[in-house]
Amino acid sequence: MDLASAKMIGAGLACIALVGAGIGIGNVFSALINSVARNPAAQGQVQPFAFLGFALAEATGLFGLAVAFLILFVF
Amino acid sequence: MAIEIRPLEQFTIERLIPLHIGGVDVSYTNAAFLMTIAVMLVTALIMLGTRRHALIPGRWQSLAEMSYEFVADMVDSNVGPAGRQFFPFVFTLFMFILIANFLGMVPYSFAVTGQIVVTFALAAVVFIGVTIVGIVRHGFHFLRLFVPQGVPAVLLILLVPIELLSYCIRPFTLSIRLFANILAGHTMLAIFAGFAASIGLFGIFPLGINILLVALEVLVAALQAYVFAILTCLYLSDAINLH
Repeated sequence: MDLASAKMIGAGLACIALVGAGIGIGNVFSALINSVARNPAAQGQVQPFAFLGFALAEATGLFGLAVAFLILFVF
Repeated sequence: MAIEIRPLEQFTIERLIPLHIGGVDVSYTNAAFLMTIAVMLVTALIMLGTRRHALIPGRWQSLAEMSYEFVADMVDSNVGPAGRQFFPFVFTLFMFILIANFLGMVPYSFAVTGQIVVTFALAAVVFIGVTIVGIVRHGFHFLRLFVPQGVPAVLLILLVPIELLSYCIRPFTLSIRLFANILAGHTMLAIFAGFAASIGLFGIFPLGINILLVALEVLVAALQAYVFAILTCLYLSDAINLH
């Protein structure tokens, strides 16, 4: 296998990290919807945490994406 | 028609004013230029906002008041009354990252926060500052931060190194989070713009996606500034309140 195709495969594999990010973001917002549906008055209190959780979960996926970009464009 | 897509080209640093002092390259680059603009914009916002103290605020004053209140609220609810003295630090950090992120969204400008050097410098300042605050406040007691309460002694052998490690990688996660978000976002925009440019008339579809992505990136720009600031607050709270 030559270097170019190995790079492509590696970048594709690195993007598997996005699975976790997707699950995480889905979890965060499903929990938000659940809690707001149960107690609408709590929306103001839980929403900042939801967005914090969203950003943290999204970042883990982006680490994988950054690795993919590094493989593709830097090395 | 083949257009070569170079999505990472937008992050190249160019020397605007080449300057070497004693073998060290201290050129004024486009990154430094954008950071200067960001600092000037933040200063201008606060100066304009507080120039006239009207009881009924005008546009500038209410913008300045809103950002002040937002950060003050965040510091108060996360750190408590002891965090008041660190408000200027968190506010500066938040406003700088927010404005730098938004400036990066302006076409043909430069995303400063997409440079790991910049974000790591910010995160290192936070990490070192928080550690110093903790040591000054609590002295030797600061090490209690690494010992969870109410845990059997056997587990501590395992937990203390984990706590120590998770404390030490904070500057890396803090900086890489911001950097990777901005880098990935801008690269994605460039890739979709490249698609749109290279497939002619059908490029309208990737262009449409790109417009939505710009909206997402504006959200991410604000959100990442918020996350950076709130994590700084949480770290400060750890150092001041020790769990």
